[in-house]
Amino acid sequence: MHTATYYIDLLLSGITVGSLYALIAIGYTMVYGILRLINFAHGDIFMMAGFFMVYASASMPMAVSIPVVLVMTVLLGVLIERAAYKPLRSAPRMSVMISAIGVSYLLQNLATYITGGLARPYPEIALLKKTLAVGSLNVKVITIVTPLLTILLVVALVLFINHTKTGMAMRAVSKDFDTARLMGIKVNNVISATFVIGSFLAGVGSILYFSNYGQVSPMIGAMPGLKAFVAAVFGGIGSIPGAVLGAYIIGVCESLIKANDTIAIFSNAFTFALLILVLLFKPNGMFGEKLTEKV
Amino acid sequence: MSDIILSVKDLQVNYGGIEAVKGISFDVPAGDIVTLIGANGAGKSTTLKAIAGLVKPRSGSIEFEGANITGKDSSDIVARGVTLVPEGRRVFANMTVLENIKIGAYLRKDSLDEDIAWVYDLFPRLKERAWQLAGTLSGGEQQMLAVARALMSRPKVLMMDEPSLGLAPLVVKGIFDIIREINKQGVTVLLIEQNANMALKTADYAYVLETGRIGLSGTGAELLTNEDVKKAYLGS
Repeated sequence: MHTATYYIDLLLSGITVGSLYALIAIGYTMVYGILRLINFAHGDIFMMAGFFMVYASASMPMAVSIPVVLVMTVLLGVLIERAAYKPLRSAPRMSVMISAIGVSYLLQNLATYITGGLARPYPEIALLKKTLAVGSLNVKVITIVTPLLTILLVVALVLFINHTKTGMAMRAVSKDFDTARLMGIKVNNVISATFVIGSFLAGVGSILYFSNYGQVSPMIGAMPGLKAFVAAVFGGIGSIPGAVLGAYIIGVCESLIKANDTIAIFSNAFTFALLILVLLFKPNGMFGEKLTEKV
Repeated sequence: MSDIILSVKDLQVNYGGIEAVKGISFDVPAGDIVTLIGANGAGKSTTLKAIAGLVKPRSGSIEFEGANITGKDSSDIVARGVTLVPEGRRVFANMTVLENIKIGAYLRKDSLDEDIAWVYDLFPRLKERAWQLAGTLSGGEQQMLAVARALMSRPKVLMMDEPSLGLAPLVVKGIFDIIREINKQGVTVLLIEQNANMALKTADYAYVLETGRIGLSGTGAELLTNEDVKKAYLGS
């Protein structure tokens, strides 16, 4: 019989993993909401953010490295959009999708080439490594910081989208490019802003994820990227609250499954089975927009 | 004769792989209501889209207040004072009525209170429904919202693409009353319509567009009594 502490521990670890999926999933869902594009390179942007930290921290103190990593990640995301997606704006959606797959492989191979393909140890952030004793529970600071920071960022993002002029422009562009243009909105700037936000959150996610995981390798973006993508589809792709909730459900379920020795090896299978079930029975996800909105 | 505020010369536009507009020229005098009438596919919508900067013309020129605006970015054209109410309303269904009104003033940085009061005055129905999602409005209300949204940019020229499309006759009459009212308040109107009867009754001057070219032109009253126009567009 397990103690309550055991289950609280499991739940906390599930929430932490879910937070990381949420930070990545927002990037998928926002880009989809605006461009109707699944940005397959998003998981690899997350991976690149990990390597940025490895190299930045080698020559700079951590307090400088963190903002440098975030800025580099944002620049990478915007650069990818400008170079690989923007020229295809009026091309069929399939072309842009293939371009995204190409960028994904490009980043993986670039990282392999630069690092020689070996995993690199991720620098330790002293503050996150500390352990706190809460009652009978020993909790790492990172376990507490991750969900708190995630919720804070999600709330800030939702407020931004609902209450600022740029947020309003994003909602307009996600609905109708041409009519947004008629309002005087510069659609390309709004798309860039979307990539800035998505890449920034992936950058924050990468710091928290790799601090926990301890190392970075060129292919490591694939699995968290896919899980976050499933979370976005589960929540209803295009919906930010949906992606966040989907990410937490998947994170907690995985954590519970992993704790049971007989079914632990099926934790990934669970997530992808969920994807198939959602696509079969509720393709719009939990909060996806209905397709019959035209009057 | 008043000053020409908008002037189109030899405009040629390709749209969807075909030559939709084949070299048309027309003038819009400041303060007037001008209409382009013509059958489906005559190139009316494409002409307005080219003026608004949504599609790039192949050749020809568009001048607004003496400045060449051909091929300029749509945000630049809105900022100068030319705004298009698109065909089919195209309100942002996922936003409230008030948000739709506010987004029409996207490029403005001054206070909007006065203009919001103005459009509420023109369309009291929108005030009642300010907090409703625009997607829940009826077709006529959506058309009012699309016009209100366009007025928020304080246009000098308001272009309207088929404002009567899909609306009940009584609602259409209301929309045309509003067009006249807006015009009286000093906004120049460039209107395209398949409902030629309504358009000609409202317009000071009209051009007939036939497969990408200007055919006839004249005052609204003249064209209303023209035998060819009657046969082709007025169904009598």
